[in-house]
Amino acid sequence: MFPRPIEQTSRSTQIMYKVALPIALFIWLFPMLGVALTSLRPASDLAQGNYFGMPSYIAFENYADVFRNSAIGQYILNSFKLTIPVVIGVVALSTMTGFALGIYKFRFNMLIFFIFVAGNFVPFQILMVPVRDMTVNLGLINTTTGLGLFHIAFQTGFCTLFMRNFIKAMPFELIEAARVEGISEIQIFWHIVVPLMRPAIAALSVLVFTFIWNEYFWATVLTTSASIQPVTAGLNSLNGQWIAAWHLVSAGSIIAALPPVLMFFLMQKHFIAGLTLGAVK
Amino acid sequence: MSTYWKSNQRRLAPWLFLAPGMVMFMIYVIIPIFQSMWLSFYDWDGLGAKTWIGTANYVELFDDDAFFTSLKNNVIWLVLFMLAVPIGLMMAIFLNQTVRGIRIYKSLFFFPFVISQVVVGLMFAWFYAPNFGLLYLLTEFLTGSGIALLADEDYVNYGIIAAGLWPQVAYVMILYLTGLNNVAPDQVEAARLDGAKGWKMLWYVIIPQLRPATFIAIVVTVIGALRSFDLVSIMTSGGPYGSSRVLSYYMYEQALSEYGYRMGYGAAIAVVLFGIMMIFISGFIWKMWRDETER
Repeated sequence: MFPRPIEQTSRSTQIMYKVALPIALFIWLFPMLGVALTSLRPASDLAQGNYFGMPSYIAFENYADVFRNSAIGQYILNSFKLTIPVVIGVVALSTMTGFALGIYKFRFNMLIFFIFVAGNFVPFQILMVPVRDMTVNLGLINTTTGLGLFHIAFQTGFCTLFMRNFIKAMPFELIEAARVEGISEIQIFWHIVVPLMRPAIAALSVLVFTFIWNEYFWATVLTTSASIQPVTAGLNSLNGQWIAAWHLVSAGSIIAALPPVLMFFLMQKHFIAGLTLGAVK
Repeated sequence: MSTYWKSNQRRLAPWLFLAPGMVMFMIYVIIPIFQSMWLSFYDWDGLGAKTWIGTANYVELFDDDAFFTSLKNNVIWLVLFMLAVPIGLMMAIFLNQTVRGIRIYKSLFFFPFVISQVVVGLMFAWFYAPNFGLLYLLTEFLTGSGIALLADEDYVNYGIIAAGLWPQVAYVMILYLTGLNNVAPDQVEAARLDGAKGWKMLWYVIIPQLRPATFIAIVVTVIGALRSFDLVSIMTSGGPYGSSRVLSYYMYEQALSEYGYRMGYGAAIAVVLFGIMMIFISGFIWKMWRDETER
């Protein structure tokens, strides 16, 4: 193990390490702690210049205010309406593409695989004008469907890479045995491969949920109205309205960040497994 | 039909499974790349007729100070963003212990990556805010006059990049933590018996074993640096006086904002950014291709 386990070092080093940990964490998360504290600070404190001292009382009213006087509830709902179908769509498409590229040997297999991989790295701006134009022509501009279709297509790139590598690591004998039994390719996919891919499907669902929830660029390009925009774009326009009302900006930020944060803490194992795919051989 | 399917299904099945994903990816990703390239030779406001103007958009880029500022800022982003790799490694080494509660520490250190860049941008904007922001107060205390970081042409880029590094370091850290977890213990022990420790151990024994993690860390950091858009848009909208624009933001500004709907010019900017990224992407793909075919 590297570095040397702290248990094998001197008593003083161990104590130093245990003291350093929380201090380092405090510094690291400082911007977030500051915002969390500000979100619970009454507006009167800010007006009097009390930005960093103890709040005069814990102002949960900021959160109530944000929900009552802004469209944040609607934005959150919009985000769910966008994110959940996208997760389902991406997982469905990429399980199939990953299966095709991971199991079958055919001409162009590698070429198609690397088109998916390379496409996943391109800058969004090279897609912006044509995708927006197409969405307008389809009558899908400023709709959840229009934004969702793009996300499904784009995320398929990364997810195909993920699924294909996962399937490649599965025991191929299983599939050969099924073929000998005369089971059709479609049944092999549905009854043998999909059940074995459950961990990969879970990992991808959590990752895609977070990516789409947090996505901002396409939300501003393809949607415009408060009844459609997801919370990232919504938060930006609220920030414009709440000029320097930092207690509201902070409360809004915390609300917007909460769903992916909960998702992460509940599904941590899957999340990390998804992100670190390929980090070890 | 069914007999044809039965006798050929091994040949047909992959195409059947590929079709939906491939069609979507072609329509929304691959074809638009070429459409943008083609569009960069036109003058177009997004609604009316397109006018062919040849390379005029690219010629204009050469005389556009805002373009060169954006390009320069992209280089600064790229160089400074690479700091995420060594910093992430150091943090992973710091946290790679088995003391009680370390799992919670690891997740909390990773936390910034889970939050939207929009929220990260707002958090740092608060941290940098003039007159009461903590950084302002700190600089005021140290030097006598506070720095309003995001309103200062000389420092604004560094302020935004620091905000971008925060989640990026967390991502790299988690890659290295996974990598460190898989370092062969017998090699470490053998090296220890040979008297290797500290930096020597890290450089000659550990880092070579972390190569796959380093590769992915570099890929995601380069792509992340060149894709930077959200933080610029949230924290400064490219200001003050355009000094924090990057190509991705400048393209958006030209093609789709109150500054005008110059789709053709925007497309030309996007093509330049795409060209820069392709240098890196081809390198990554070349390495991945080699690894695949060697196996």
